[in-house]
Amino acid sequence: MRITVTVDGTAYTDDVEPRTLLVHHLREKLGKVGTVVGCDTSNCGACTVHVNGHSVKSCSMLAVQADGAEITTVEGLARNGQLHPVQQAFHDNHALQCGFCTPGMIMQSIDLLADDPDPDEAAVRHGLEGNLCRCTGYQNIVRAVRDAAARMSPGAGPEAERIADARAPHAVGGE
Amino acid sequence: MTATAEPEIGRARARKEDARLITGRTRWTDNLALPGMLHLAILRSPVAHARITRIDTEAARTMPNVLDVLTGADIADAQGSLPCAWPITPDMKAPNAPSLAVDTVNFAGEAVAVVVARDAYAADDALQAIDVDYEDLPVVLDMAEAVKDGAELAHPDLGTNVSAVWTFDSAEAGSGGDVESAISDAEVLVRRTFRQQRLIPAFMEPRSVVVDPTGEQLTMWSATQIPHILRLMLAMTLGLPEQKIRVIAPDVGGGFGGKLQVTPEEVIAVLVAQRTGRPVKYTESRTDSLLAAHHGRDQIQHLTLSAKRDGTVTGLKVELLADMGAYLRLVTPGVPILGAFMFNSIYKFPAYHFSCTNVFTNKTPTDAYRGAGRPEATFGIERMMDELAAELGMDPMDVRRKNWIAHEEFPFTTVAGLTYDSGNYEAATAKATALFDYAGLRAEQKRRRDAGDPVQLGLGISTFTEMCGLAPSRVLGSLSYGAGGWEHAAIRMLPTGKVEVVTGSSAHGQGHETAWSQVVADKLGVPFEDIEVIHGDTQSSPKGMDTYGSRSLTVGAIAVLGAADKVIGKAKTVAAHLMECAEDDLEFAEGKFTVRGTESATSIQDVALAVFAAHDLPDGMEPSLDSEATYDPENFSFPHGTHLCATEVDTETGQVRIRAYVCVDDVGTVVNPLIVDGQVHGGLAQGIAQALFEEAVHDEGGTLTTATFADYTLPSAADLPSFTTDRTETPSTTNPLGVKGVGEAGTIASTPAVVNAVVDAIRHLGVTDVEMPCTPMRVWRAIQNGAAR
Repeated sequence: MRITVTVDGTAYTDDVEPRTLLVHHLREKLGKVGTVVGCDTSNCGACTVHVNGHSVKSCSMLAVQADGAEITTVEGLARNGQLHPVQQAFHDNHALQCGFCTPGMIMQSIDLLADDPDPDEAAVRHGLEGNLCRCTGYQNIVRAVRDAAARMSPGAGPEAERIADARAPHAVGGE
Repeated sequence: MTATAEPEIGRARARKEDARLITGRTRWTDNLALPGMLHLAILRSPVAHARITRIDTEAARTMPNVLDVLTGADIADAQGSLPCAWPITPDMKAPNAPSLAVDTVNFAGEAVAVVVARDAYAADDALQAIDVDYEDLPVVLDMAEAVKDGAELAHPDLGTNVSAVWTFDSAEAGSGGDVESAISDAEVLVRRTFRQQRLIPAFMEPRSVVVDPTGEQLTMWSATQIPHILRLMLAMTLGLPEQKIRVIAPDVGGGFGGKLQVTPEEVIAVLVAQRTGRPVKYTESRTDSLLAAHHGRDQIQHLTLSAKRDGTVTGLKVELLADMGAYLRLVTPGVPILGAFMFNSIYKFPAYHFSCTNVFTNKTPTDAYRGAGRPEATFGIERMMDELAAELGMDPMDVRRKNWIAHEEFPFTTVAGLTYDSGNYEAATAKATALFDYAGLRAEQKRRRDAGDPVQLGLGISTFTEMCGLAPSRVLGSLSYGAGGWEHAAIRMLPTGKVEVVTGSSAHGQGHETAWSQVVADKLGVPFEDIEVIHGDTQSSPKGMDTYGSRSLTVGAIAVLGAADKVIGKAKTVAAHLMECAEDDLEFAEGKFTVRGTESATSIQDVALAVFAAHDLPDGMEPSLDSEATYDPENFSFPHGTHLCATEVDTETGQVRIRAYVCVDDVGTVVNPLIVDGQVHGGLAQGIAQALFEEAVHDEGGTLTTATFADYTLPSAADLPSFTTDRTETPSTTNPLGVKGVGEAGTIASTPAVVNAVVDAIRHLGVTDVEMPCTPMRVWRAIQNGAAR
């Protein structure tokens, strides 16, 4: 089947087998290897991307279902060398160690913040329940998400707003 | 070119390696795509023990895009036997360990056939078309049954299920008294049996291997912790010239001991690449990973503690059964032996006996998992100290205080024969109990008990130590390990004044690139940003012993310092020549050689450029500052700490909630507090997961029923609390940095803290133990059984 997907701002048209998972299409065909596969049962969330602004585990979606969709991966978050505030917060708060869960964790965190711009600790933990990390014990991930929330909030000051403005709307998630 | 003013060591530097990891520019093995690369899929045995009577691969071979299907018979002569580097006794029994089963399968998940195809989907499709007939053999699953006379055998040709029996006795070793006399003279005896359930390391990145046989060297990329050991073992296992193999561990997504292995999949990938002459890739699915990557723990611990009525422990006897699984992998037999030196922990026990029986079963082989032997030992002794306290009606902290080594007694040689160089258990405990409000929580516990609250509060203690910095080569030799414990490093001074640090440590999430940069920045006085750390490739970092056993900073970074000292020494000779002074007149600080008492100075970067040009060097001087060093530690390091856990246990449902977790760790000098805290957090999560959530479960036929993440319950963010972490800093005296290692501390300490807290919450209901993992069902049953007693 012929599909067209826009990934991180570039449109790609390909023939795919109907059974091809979106994550395999992204990785194998489009070279978007920043998105990774961590399990076979959609438990780990390592493959999370945004499809039309909402987080989706890309191992649980067929490529053909994404025909016409706008997809953002972790590779498409930074703009003009400027990290997304969530990426920056993950770095600043040491919210990653091996980094394998990180692409999915960042994409899910952005989605979470779109739904709840000021989550308390329990809300962050609940919102990330579908993304597994084996290295960090989640403590610094929770801290990073709340830090990012503070940076992205309307009163967060000119620096945070400038970063937020630099991003394309679809990268924010949950519009 | 300015020197760094603020010391880098101790600074909370955000990590260098993050830049690629948070933007998706990471180099995972599975990202590699080479021209003409073939994809492998592996058919795994669905049964635990059987004779293979027929394999029909014809249908699979003729499927589209399938190039070949291989069985064990096809590679029987070439595959050799997978290596075990730790023959713990001279008479240790070890079965032949094929990568691809030849005529029998010995655990469910063992590789039986491999499909070679043009893409991964085609390879997976062909697996379905392979037809295998199995003739079932008796399945050995239970260790206690397996060691009985007349038991069915996991490997009938070995004639026994016992691989080896390893003992240590303090009376024989001269490090203490006779434990049997201690037991017969005891005023109080506590006997308990604990089960260390089987766990799965479950690193997030599934294992992946790519082999390129083109060119002069066979190149392997593998998601491994041990590229250097792997290269050597591939050469020895397959009879390949070592110099013709290059192993690269690119970015590796976690290991926890689970990637400290030479795997069947790596051997199979080499053999297929050689046969086809084309690059091949194998990336495992999560189910393959949970089935076939080695498991961890799995011990039965029979413990006997003798004591006086005042709480003074007089002896400890440890009798273990340790499940090897079906084969001895790289260090399988040695894992429980590492625990032999840690059961006495921080205590001054006068008599100690340890024996471990290593047992074969028809299950996935076990091997190192975060802590490897030391979590088992710490769990055993910390549970026993609580049980002794309960027996005596003492506070469990008081029993520990009564027995631990006082800070003024260091260095202290233990009953297990190790010499602890430093420690301060009083300081860590004082800090932890204050942060935790130990007294306040005890008072609340009493109130809630008196009130008959259906949700009871329990307090759990774990005052632990561990041996890190594996390892002094002489000690490894005395334990019959097949290699040394040194580490190698090199430093290259580039003409522009930038620095390349080459390390034999092989990071897979620990942050070596950042920590090594901090250590070298201080040592050479060059900016943190100017340092590049190179690791994980036997071509660019040709020598090393890799990363495990909390050894990287305590051994690897000391080698880096050694290389830096040599660089400084050579640079000083050149600087003295250029400045026309005697070497003794120069002092080196913050990257500058200064003539003592003058303003006259030259930077190490300027010297590097002068050496590159080589126009004006001292006579006979080699035009290079580059240096290497190999460091063999004289002793282990001994991090310690006090971990305190408060649990709320719902006595009506068995539900356990961690209300507070406080830990004060002493890991010696802290190079980067961000990284240290992160290691502790992650370690705690894994240790708590053993206490409450995780278990690899087999059904009665030997099939792993927890072979997906839906069934093997890795905790999520919603399952865990926030931890309160703090530190004391008692430097190690056996290495120049004073560091002790931190990779395993959290895992080792936390499991008994949590289980002690669970038992403490319901002890008044007649409960003396809850088997791990303390699921609501197990806790509820323990309460019912306690009430029935």
